[in-house]
Amino acid sequence: MSKEMKKVIILGSGGLKIGQAGEFDYSGSQAIKSLKEDGIKTVLVNPNIATVQTSENMADKVYFLPVEFSFVERIIKKEKPDGILLGFGGQTALNVGLELDEKGVLHRNNVKVLGTSCDTIRATEDREIFIKKLNEIDVKVARSQAVKSTEEGLEAGEKIGFPLMIRAAYSLGGLGSGIIKNKTELKKRLNELFKQAPQVLLEESLLGWKEVEYEVVRDKENNCVTVCNMENLDPMGIHTGESIVVAPSQTLNNAEYHGLRTVAQKVVRHLEIIGECNIQYATKGGDYRVIEVNARLSRSSALASKATGYPLAWVAAKLSLGKSLPEVVNSVTKSTQACFEPALDYVALKIPRWDLKKFKRVENRISSEMKSVGEVMALGRSFEEVLQKALRMLNVNAAGLTGDVPQVDDLKKEIKFATDKRIFALAKAFQANMSVNDVNKLSQIDPWFLDRIKNIAKFKIKLDKGTLLEAKKLGFSDEQIARQTGKTSDAVRKLRKNFKIIPVVKQIDTLAGEFPAKTNYLYMTYHGTENDIKRGKNEVMVLGSGPYHIGSSVEFDWSCVQAVQASAELGYKTVMINCNPETVSTDYDICDRLYFEELTLERVLDIHDVEKPEGVIISMGGQVPNNLASDLDKNRVRIFGTSARDIDRAENRHKFSQLLDDMGLDQPEWRELTSKAEAKKFADKVGYPVLIRPSYVLSGAAMNVAFDGVNLDDYLEKAAEVSKKYPVVISKFVEGAREIEIDGVAQDGDLKIYALSEHIEKAGVHSGDAHVVLPPQKTYLETIRRAKKRTKAVISALNITGPFNIQFLAKNNQIRIIELNLRASRSLPFVSKVTKYNFAKLATKAMLGEDISGDYNTLDLNYVGVKSPQFSYSRLKGADPVLYVEMGSTGEVAAFGEGYQEAVMKSILATGFKLPEKNILLSIGKQENKEDLLKFIKRLEDKRYKIYATEHTSDFLTENKVHNQKVYKIQTNKKPNVQELLEKGKIDLIINIPTKYNRAEISDGYLIRRLATDHNISLINDQQIAKIFINGLCNLDLKNMPIKSWDEYENLV
Amino acid sequence: MGDFFMLMKNHKSAKLVLEDGSEFEGKSFGCNISNDGEVVFNTGMVGYPESLTDPSYAGQILVCTYPLIGNYGVPKGKDKFESDGIKVRGLIVSEYIDEYSHWQAEKSLGEWLKEEKIPAIFGIDTRALTKKLRTKGVMLGQIVINGKKMEKIEDPNLRNLAAEVCIKKPKINGRGKKTVLLLDCGVKENIIRSLVKRGVKVKQVPWNYDFSQEKYDGILLSNGPGDPMMCTTTILNIKKALTENKPIFGICLGNQIMALASGAKTYKLKFGHRAQNQPCLMEGTQRCYLTTQNHGFAVREKTLGNEWKIWFRNANDNTVEGIRHKKKPFMAVQFHPESTPGPEDTEFLFDEFVKQL
Repeated sequence: MSKEMKKVIILGSGGLKIGQAGEFDYSGSQAIKSLKEDGIKTVLVNPNIATVQTSENMADKVYFLPVEFSFVERIIKKEKPDGILLGFGGQTALNVGLELDEKGVLHRNNVKVLGTSCDTIRATEDREIFIKKLNEIDVKVARSQAVKSTEEGLEAGEKIGFPLMIRAAYSLGGLGSGIIKNKTELKKRLNELFKQAPQVLLEESLLGWKEVEYEVVRDKENNCVTVCNMENLDPMGIHTGESIVVAPSQTLNNAEYHGLRTVAQKVVRHLEIIGECNIQYATKGGDYRVIEVNARLSRSSALASKATGYPLAWVAAKLSLGKSLPEVVNSVTKSTQACFEPALDYVALKIPRWDLKKFKRVENRISSEMKSVGEVMALGRSFEEVLQKALRMLNVNAAGLTGDVPQVDDLKKEIKFATDKRIFALAKAFQANMSVNDVNKLSQIDPWFLDRIKNIAKFKIKLDKGTLLEAKKLGFSDEQIARQTGKTSDAVRKLRKNFKIIPVVKQIDTLAGEFPAKTNYLYMTYHGTENDIKRGKNEVMVLGSGPYHIGSSVEFDWSCVQAVQASAELGYKTVMINCNPETVSTDYDICDRLYFEELTLERVLDIHDVEKPEGVIISMGGQVPNNLASDLDKNRVRIFGTSARDIDRAENRHKFSQLLDDMGLDQPEWRELTSKAEAKKFADKVGYPVLIRPSYVLSGAAMNVAFDGVNLDDYLEKAAEVSKKYPVVISKFVEGAREIEIDGVAQDGDLKIYALSEHIEKAGVHSGDAHVVLPPQKTYLETIRRAKKRTKAVISALNITGPFNIQFLAKNNQIRIIELNLRASRSLPFVSKVTKYNFAKLATKAMLGEDISGDYNTLDLNYVGVKSPQFSYSRLKGADPVLYVEMGSTGEVAAFGEGYQEAVMKSILATGFKLPEKNILLSIGKQENKEDLLKFIKRLEDKRYKIYATEHTSDFLTENKVHNQKVYKIQTNKKPNVQELLEKGKIDLIINIPTKYNRAEISDGYLIRRLATDHNISLINDQQIAKIFINGLCNLDLKNMPIKSWDEYENLV
Repeated sequence: MGDFFMLMKNHKSAKLVLEDGSEFEGKSFGCNISNDGEVVFNTGMVGYPESLTDPSYAGQILVCTYPLIGNYGVPKGKDKFESDGIKVRGLIVSEYIDEYSHWQAEKSLGEWLKEEKIPAIFGIDTRALTKKLRTKGVMLGQIVINGKKMEKIEDPNLRNLAAEVCIKKPKINGRGKKTVLLLDCGVKENIIRSLVKRGVKVKQVPWNYDFSQEKYDGILLSNGPGDPMMCTTTILNIKKALTENKPIFGICLGNQIMALASGAKTYKLKFGHRAQNQPCLMEGTQRCYLTTQNHGFAVREKTLGNEWKIWFRNANDNTVEGIRHKKKPFMAVQFHPESTPGPEDTEFLFDEFVKQL
């Protein structure tokens, strides 16, 4: 490398969204570590404050700023790095990197792109160049054409023939892609896509072909290794991110496996990729097509890395610096080379986690567009075993493939047109005696997979030793066995232990046992007779968070990593259990022993039986481990921190509300539900709206606000579905209140450290979807004092040791407790990084008995931190982008500012929000909202923004002498019409304030919000945000907001 | 009950007994006979039809570390195999898949094993077994089905296995202006295919064939089973060829024989290299290739003569993976450039050889 690298800038991926999730925390973290080892200073740009990569011990400098051209340009000018890494922050980082290159920023500032060059990236991103390049080396691609206009697209469509595949160029996770059956559909889709992308791709349909991918690494010496191949159970037509994926491939023979491997290397060499990339194929009967090449770390590479134990991201970073593969030692085995291809002696299987229920009206078919929000990976030694393990890991109320699983109504339809439930439908089809052949015809899934599924579906469990062992080998849980045989799962466990049917621990060593390897990477299987490891000593076991889903994302992974590190700091050996391949907690260098395993009671106890740790930390991984508290306690597992009994007193809505009443602490009027009639009576008494909440849930699953009796009935049923074991509580929904939260750590019932933050939105918006401000800007001191006092009382009453989060409603200095969680909360990394006290580490140390008393200043800061929700509505066709009591965001970002407005604006921009150039459309529900916003709208007019308004809003503005252009509702067909305006791209920003928090009906407001989302137009849907945003827009010099790194924000005290 | 469970019930109990007395119990899915051999493991994840027919496995019981075997059945047509039939003495796997699925398959692996009278066991903790072999070194063992253990297992390495598996009389493969003399010590079919594909006439002769009166342009010294020291005639014949200048290319056993003919020594590795992911560095460069390997013996580096140099080296354990004469066109590799099964990274070596003819 000609230029010496002393300082390198790394672009992160920003907030978690569908198609771009926690996997980039893994890849970025590995890259940072890899560079630091070589003595290179690292500068990270990533507003995702919940990530591990933005922790204090990672990069030398962290910028919590938007990963966006102008911000990054200014950071480059300030930091003067020698090099830049573009491949570790997903499509976001890649796109920004290309822009920096194209506009000469990198050249002017003498910043070298490390690893794969921008020209190569462009060759993989621009379909036309890509196909040309592959044609040069006679590699087959699908017949396709890239088009730049609708007319051109229609012509190309005729040439290629229907059905065909469509997708936008330069997109992540296949945004806007789908199967087009005819010309009319094509025209509609082309119009939509050209709003978001300059180029659209049309392709020969490969529907039903097998989908296979390879992860390839290449160095500057032209060495190429293929770290892993993976096969999708779901054939072409379903996005690989939406597919069940198995590694290694199961149905390819040697010629196919190595034939495609050779093609992969040929392609990667020809494109001159340096570092890591992913190549996707469709294959059928010996023929193949290359689908695409991703010249960066991806979700698949994270999966491949976890599936094989090969540290892909870490190696890719080394190669980007110009090292050769033989120079890099495999940091997992320490005994082999990075220049080597892992041999697996197990099977790895990934299943996506969807959360479609959370979105009203969303299209729940899965297809070529990504909708899943997370994934799990199971390891085992048979396909049946990993399939059932993975289904339990998903945490979607499935005991496995059979037994207690989600309902499917129309089997054949479900199998042919897959939704998130297809896998269960396949099993049910075999139980209903459909043949493998018939199911294959409907689904096009390879019979090999279907036969395995059938094995599980048709298995008859009996309690003799032989059958029981077979059942366990097929992945049946004690609970599934118990249900089929009418026993309790405890009894089954006891029985099988008597029979000595116990799972064994196996290591993932990347070389199938060929050499001894120093690996800490473990899983359990019933296909074995011998443990690879012996019991550890002086261990703390930390339970992870499971799959990312709405309400549980990278923040809990951060908390778990902190817990592991804090335990190690106190001299303990650490054991981590988690099953999410997109996490840092499952990296090989985090803990002493990693069990890539289920977070079910059965499996945690199995691991506990082997390791016999000092105790278990269950309060860092979110709701999944927290829910195990009572059962673990019953099984005499020591839980560090707050006792299981006290956790139950806080988590059980009834007990908690009772406790508050007993203590005389204010809370909204509440009642535990016993019957619908009683619920109605109560609602009539306190008056609608009322809030319905099941117990032991996260992110407000099945939480709803009922505005009338019909709503109420409907929602009560949903709540009962979600949480069968626990009571449902209904309470008065307080309108117009603000929400404040305290995150803190207590020890033996004493409050040790806390941070109080406030929401910008009014109460009624789920706390995960709200903008959160720290330190509070609008909360009265008196309110703060009262909140703290009550917090102390509750902590003491529950004798809390460890992390907690308490939420209050505040209105006119009156505060009411609405919720308490005795675990790390979503906001824990945010408050830790804003206050610069690591709450998660403090909490861990408190739980392990270390005195953490100290002087902590969390209020008197010389800056403001603001956290914003990151939504993924553009990927969820049909879903209503509106705020509600049930959480809808998929991630979050945060930014710092010297003042409140600056922090808010940076934070909002960090979600990818585009500032309006000129035209703003207003559609404001409710008279009082219109009046409240009037003076802000006038300021927009003063600043010469052109204002468009829907009918009533327009009339109101005209009455109030605000110049505006009236536009008509979509359903009226009058002109100018909202739909036409939006489709023609005339509007830069829409402020749409819904009348009430109800997502059940199709309103014109819904259509506007949806159109905005589909056409990638910035949308504000909350009154309070509208106000602060307009203020920021009009007051601040937005192009010149200060560029400061995290460490430049200093505490006042 | 599905087929799977019928299958489970229909399988006889079987066990693998190692020479140290340890036993691994499972069920039979091949031919219900007992058999003995040297127990070796292979870490490849695909290619069981190729491995099973590889003559280098003669005398050996093969343990697959990849746990699911049988997935894509057995293909039609011998052109997909490495010899005329199964060469292993037995097969040990964790999970056997009887309900195969593949567009080229014509029968299940179990059916094929039965036809070829080869015993096989599934339901074994192959990782535990592999760890044992890796720690204690390869061992003799026997598959016991339906009967008593044999008192003593004969070590196949004490026999001339190459002589047993090689061609019995000369045979011509392919057409071309140049003729390669293939010294067959148990050659894999794909070596022949790789040469024929390049427009060369291949005259395949037995291991001990006296070629001093032959007309040829180059020699390919094939792979094969067992201890290279058993191939005494081949070594002597090659010794003579080394005094001439015609290109010689050795593969696997051929590498060892070339080394022995040059005066170097070979030794037995503790548990050998049997995998599709062995990284080999080309000496003096940073170029590293992934290779297929199947050998229990290796060339001792220190004994290599002055006129020779190390060509390739194993990146994991630094053992010799290829040697080359400093002046003459003699070269040999310990790995399998013809792959099958395995990565095709080093196929270019055939081009290099053919160019020299």
